[in-house]
Amino acid sequence: MSNIQGNAHVYGDNIDTDQLAPIKSYMNMEPEEGCKFCLEPLDPDFAGAVKDGDIFVAGNNMGIGSSREQAPMFLKMLGIRAVLAKSFSRIFYRNTLNFGLPALVCAETDKISKGDVLSIDPLAGTVENLSTHETLACQPLPEHLLTMIADGGLLAHLEKKLKKSA
Amino acid sequence: MMSMTLSEKIIAKAAGAESVSPGEIVVCAVDLAMMHDSSGPRRAGKYLDELGVPIWDKDKLVIITDHYVNDPDPGSVRTQEITHQWVADKGIENFYPEQGICHVILPEKGHIKPGLFCVGADSHSTTAGAYGAFMVGVGATEMTGVLATGEIWVRVPETLRINVTGRLSPGVAAKDVILKLCGQIGVMGANYMAVEYGGDAVKAMTMDERMTLTNMAAELGAKTGIIAPDAVTVETLADYGADNVDVEAWQGDDDAKVARTIDINGAGLAPQVAAPSNPENAADVAASAGTKVGQAYLGACTGAKLDDLRMAAQIVKGRQKSINTRFFVAPATHRIRDIAAKEGILKILEDAGAKILPTGCGGCIGLGEARLDEGMTGISSTNRNFVGRAGPATSKLYLGSAYSVAAAAITGKITDPRELL
Ligand code: SF4
Repeated sequence: MSNIQGNAHVYGDNIDTDQLAPIKSYMNMEPEEGCKFCLEPLDPDFAGAVKDGDIFVAGNNMGIGSSREQAPMFLKMLGIRAVLAKSFSRIFYRNTLNFGLPALVCAETDKISKGDVLSIDPLAGTVENLSTHETLACQPLPEHLLTMIADGGLLAHLEKKLKKSA
Repeated sequence: MMSMTLSEKIIAKAAGAESVSPGEIVVCAVDLAMMHDSSGPRRAGKYLDELGVPIWDKDKLVIITDHYVNDPDPGSVRTQEITHQWVADKGIENFYPEQGICHVILPEKGHIKPGLFCVGADSHSTTAGAYGAFMVGVGATEMTGVLATGEIWVRVPETLRINVTGRLSPGVAAKDVILKLCGQIGVMGANYMAVEYGGDAVKAMTMDERMTLTNMAAELGAKTGIIAPDAVTVETLADYGADNVDVEAWQGDDDAKVARTIDINGAGLAPQVAAPSNPENAADVAASAGTKVGQAYLGACTGAKLDDLRMAAQIVKGRQKSINTRFFVAPATHRIRDIAAKEGILKILEDAGAKILPTGCGGCIGLGEARLDEGMTGISSTNRNFVGRAGPATSKLYLGSAYSVAAAAITGKITDPRELL
């Protein structure tokens, strides 16, 4: 898995799934349409501003709320390639990794500003802020998850595993 | 033998290990998996079919429809069609369509017992912990892994022990205990942890009340909430048709290590109300008393169990709701609705001006008649009040106990329910 490099979209604590995936965005809408409403209650400009390869940065308790997977799914569909946060809400954390999207615990997200260019090595757990020339430490992902992420998420991982055992 | 908490004992059994300790990552065999119409066949089911593998054990899977029921919207109807079709194709017997909200249906139908290791594709799956089971919420993709393999990886959680001492005063309920905790330690106060509730006030609670505590462990960020089973558990489960309930095997060791203990003085606790738009904005009802509400909603897996309806009836009996406030009651299951009807509780509520809504998630997620209007302020007995949860982003939601919701329905404003007892 190669390094991820992109612009930082920086938000605060307690970004909840009712904001990441408002109910109207997935009830009667295809994800391609629904993802445009990602984070709309908090920042209506977010979805339009994300470019492929960008990085979502948050404070504590990222992804708090319901178990709806549209939250990480929309981030990924918009082009987000990694999520950094001081801490994650546990279901969102698992859902994000299950989609093959690296979720990294980084205590120093305060040192990242909107628009900074980051370069992340998800396997080693290091973040380089190319705009400020700082290196931030992240917790590396637990080992048993690295293979899953490298395979592209839980479903791809299962497919590979089940085929092997078949 | 190493001392273990109740959660650790259940995880150890599921992992086939003699003992486990916090931080360790283990793979557990799943005793029971639950999914609903939102997370289930249309997502996890579809993913499983794409993988082309069978369900690991059909008898261990329970499917419930509660989220998009009674909704004429074409998308909701389509979701129901997909669910029914998938259940029929797979020949799943544990299927409960439109009979009640998943977390309340599960124990009611005898599926939950002490010591079981369960997963549910819904964040409030923590509720089953009231019965001494270990149940965690997961997303639909994760559920697909469970359906395919019958296993899931778990990081053994630290235990946060909550002791609720004394006896709750009249007009104060389990909901007030958990809201107090939300206010005290915040919505990530127990992140990744297992919250174990105990103490005299908890022992004195009915199972309905205990379920409110474990349900809202999710609002503390916890992996699960759990309560050691006792005679009350056995008696209630017997009612629900669950037999062979082992209580002794599923007690935590007295000297087991916990990460933190919090004591709550149950006897001195005032009714709590959480202000918009976060459960951690909870404070004594006095802080928000007088706030006008356009809607009072008694509903959800948290706040429309039989005891919740009984509490509300105590408050509204012989009274009339405010002309400025809509008052909705959506009993959590059909069984609860039927008993409430038999006990005369539904009549008391209806006489006070409440409109009884069909069973289901409804107003909790802003669906159906109880959806808040633009700019409207409401109070509800549900568990979350994030922006846009129960209506448009301009609506505001307070959370309170069934007593507090009923009191607000009568006066048209947030009111200390003890004034109406
Ligand atoms: S009632 Fe609300 S909290 Fe409970 S399962 Fe339904 S949507 Fe979730």
